[in-house]
Amino acid sequence: MGASSVIGDMTTGLAEQPPLQLFKESGQREVFCGLTSIVWLHRRMPDAFFLVVGSRTCAHLVQSAAGVMIFAEPRFGTAILGERDLAGLADANDELDRLVGDLLERRPEIRTLFLVGSCPSEVIKLDLAKAAERLNTQLAGRVMVLNYSGSGIETTFTQGEDQALLAMVPLMPSSEVDQLLIVGTLADAVEDRFVQLFGRLGIPVVTSLPPRRSTELPSIGPGTRVLLAQPFLSATARALVSRGGQLLTAPYPFGVEGSRAWMAAGADAFGVAPALVAEVLDPLVERGKRAIAPHRELLAGKRLFLLPDSQLELSLARFLQRECGMELVEVGTPYLDRQLLDAELALLPPGTRICEGQDVERQLERVRAERPDLVVCGLGLANPLEAEGIATKWSIELVFSPIHGCDQAGDLAELFARSLRRRAALSFS
Amino acid sequence: MELTLWTYEGPPHVGAMRIAASMEGVHYVLHAPQGDTYADLLFTMIERRDRRPPVTYTTFQARDLGGDTAELVKRSIAAAVERFQPEALLVGESCTAELIQDQPGSLAATMDLGGIPVVSLDLPAYSKKENWGGAETLYQLVRGLLKAQVPPPGEPKPDPMRWRAEGRRPRVNLLGPSLLGFRCRDDVREISQMLTGYGIDVAVVAPLGARPADLIRIPTADANVSLYPELAGPVCSWLERSFGMHTVKTVPIGIGATAAFLRELHGVLGLELPAELETSADGTCAAERRSRLPWYSRSVDSTYLTGKRVFIFGDATHAIAAARIASRELGFKVVGLGSYSREQARDVRAAAQELGLEALISDDYLAVEAAMAEAAPELVLGTQMERHSAKRLGIPCAVISSPLHVQDVPARTSPQMGWEGANVIFDSWVHPLMMGLEEHLIGMFRHDFEFVDGHLSHLEGASAPAKHPEVTSASIANAIEPASIPGDGVIGWSPDGEAELAKIPFFVRGKVRKNTEAYAREQGLALIDSEALYEAKAHFAS
Repeated sequence: MGASSVIGDMTTGLAEQPPLQLFKESGQREVFCGLTSIVWLHRRMPDAFFLVVGSRTCAHLVQSAAGVMIFAEPRFGTAILGERDLAGLADANDELDRLVGDLLERRPEIRTLFLVGSCPSEVIKLDLAKAAERLNTQLAGRVMVLNYSGSGIETTFTQGEDQALLAMVPLMPSSEVDQLLIVGTLADAVEDRFVQLFGRLGIPVVTSLPPRRSTELPSIGPGTRVLLAQPFLSATARALVSRGGQLLTAPYPFGVEGSRAWMAAGADAFGVAPALVAEVLDPLVERGKRAIAPHRELLAGKRLFLLPDSQLELSLARFLQRECGMELVEVGTPYLDRQLLDAELALLPPGTRICEGQDVERQLERVRAERPDLVVCGLGLANPLEAEGIATKWSIELVFSPIHGCDQAGDLAELFARSLRRRAALSFS
Repeated sequence: MELTLWTYEGPPHVGAMRIAASMEGVHYVLHAPQGDTYADLLFTMIERRDRRPPVTYTTFQARDLGGDTAELVKRSIAAAVERFQPEALLVGESCTAELIQDQPGSLAATMDLGGIPVVSLDLPAYSKKENWGGAETLYQLVRGLLKAQVPPPGEPKPDPMRWRAEGRRPRVNLLGPSLLGFRCRDDVREISQMLTGYGIDVAVVAPLGARPADLIRIPTADANVSLYPELAGPVCSWLERSFGMHTVKTVPIGIGATAAFLRELHGVLGLELPAELETSADGTCAAERRSRLPWYSRSVDSTYLTGKRVFIFGDATHAIAAARIASRELGFKVVGLGSYSREQARDVRAAAQELGLEALISDDYLAVEAAMAEAAPELVLGTQMERHSAKRLGIPCAVISSPLHVQDVPARTSPQMGWEGANVIFDSWVHPLMMGLEEHLIGMFRHDFEFVDGHLSHLEGASAPAKHPEVTSASIANAIEPASIPGDGVIGWSPDGEAELAKIPFFVRGKVRKNTEAYAREQGLALIDSEALYEAKAHFAS
């Protein structure tokens, strides 16, 4: 099964460059759904609860993706639909209200409740927006109830975060203030570092979405320059623009090159002199390059195949090719938002094969035919590929690890080098 | 609608995947949205499988719903059959596909698939769970492959002793072992070796490692062994009804059960009971010396195991077996017994009743954790969920049942069944307790000059729930350290009472505190001093 077609060559903006090879493929997808992003979103906002309205499959998925992180009572859960809820939507709404009431009574520290739609709730057309409205009236401001869909029929993996942030945008206060808004979940330490560096560049107000406390939403308005820390926030970016924000385009802050360009784009939007940008950032770039060097030695010249998963694939491909010297065999991506990824596409070498969508069987056939030195893929595929003698780096680690910024560039390279280093270290003879 | 934070069982189609992935030559086409492919990693990561489960997902998206998802199902079936050339095909749907009612099974029936057997699975996702789905799948698959062979009604049942007339060794099927089951791989090896030793052959092991052609051979055996009733129950009863095949129901986990299993098997097959399996006057048999558990349990250093309070929770099969071993073969005191297997609840209740307990039948891990805290055990035998709960409560734990984590699929052979299984059980249950004892010794010698800070407890950190930011359940904290008595005033502890309490080993301290406070309340004391503590001790000892 599956269809694959060349949807056209794409010039990268520089007329003299040969085009990228862009393919679209459809068939079986081997990706997580948007519910998975709850695993990092709930850690970012310790006063928020994520309630999936779905099935036992949803509960099992989030649990399996969260792996060993079994807490006493996690701040996420699933309202599992039963046969009675399917029989009558009126009952389902009553049941949801009851369940939310019980939950909030048990967890009085919760300030924001996300009702997260799933495949089943979407299919039976359970209106969670209405439910959120109803609950907000009942709760009278004690707890803010928001809703979004993390369903597999509408979102893949990291798109869940896009939808969650999108749900927060209407609640952001309006303001004219000149500020830089960083969008996308970052590790707290990484975020602090960026705020500090932007401070050194003379940008006084730097805010984040999502905030660390769900109730402390940043403001938005004509003075806000929006800088995306992740390449998968299309809907949120559009909503922020419609609230007056100015969307900055840049490569994403992975590796020293991406991180420098990303921070420079922020500085440029505030008219910071290039000399100051160079003074602040160039030493970081130099240090980052030194940190990458030992890993580059191992990665340079190695052939890399990225399967579609986290939507970070294009940015990682750019980093691994340009800063670590890897050769790109194929770069898969679940979907391609050209507006958000234009700056990344422009940095990929001519002729790079980019596959949008997935037919996992055909893609694996190409992996086997090409015998790359390293495959970036999801956990469902990693061991089977290793068993075929193909080294892998599982991509879910990339959304849980602090990998943004110049200071993390060495660590990011190390994640990929580790797979090869380990294989080299093993010997049974 | 029911709130679930962590779940013991997945949805029923994951049970079906366990059957398909356990077998060879079977492929499962699952009508499911993208995202449901997460289930692959249960097999590739927890079981460290070197290949993907044999499952093709249709991975439909919202935009497909407006179009023809039935056509997508048919395309997926055709592509899967062409690519994987299975010997049997399972067709089914997950929770979302159940709602759009494409009937993938009926669609498959209209297709020309070159004559391979197709089994349509109807697994109600909104009322059933993983084990039920696995059992139903195994039953439907076996039934689908064997229905042509079913003898007409009224036909005499095959005699389980016919092997004698046929001049061959007796043979049995081992039914139920599967991937993501607890130690199934090693149990099959242990039981097969044990049966060979008694001159009994294993005809078919299913689903683990079986091909569809092997399932077709099932009726050639003289009897079926229902090794894991959670998965094998329905198929064994169908084989009994349709083919008159006898089911051996004793599950050979523990010394007594292994001997009982062998006796049952010899009886069914009409084999003469070997002398080593004869029960002697003192209730033992010579065969049990094949395991070290009975002697280790009798040896003097096991004296400290006497009356250890143990809390047991798991699937029905493993929980019931654990309760029997704990109470009879290790001399523990079972203070709690329960299971998430509602289908087998009756058996669990009966086992609990024998021990003077009321069984906890629940799939709410918080209720289980609360019951665990309430029972104040010194050892927990449970699933991965209970391991986490026990860790939070600072109680040693051994895992005895699915759901599994990767560490429950060890590299070494470590069965639960048979004589060797009993050895494994002795080690894996007693070692955490020995560490508990070590803990006590660390406490005792804390003030010796030889003692250095490096002697940190292995439970350090885990035994201090307050450090864990996510531990917020007030009910659990209260159950361990009930500092105050609600209602009729607060009961306090005098400094010397507290000091005396601190001398009590940590693993019983919570219990002692609770009992003493209960005693104080009974006696109308407002303050507990060291005298009151000893009064209470005497009161509860008598």
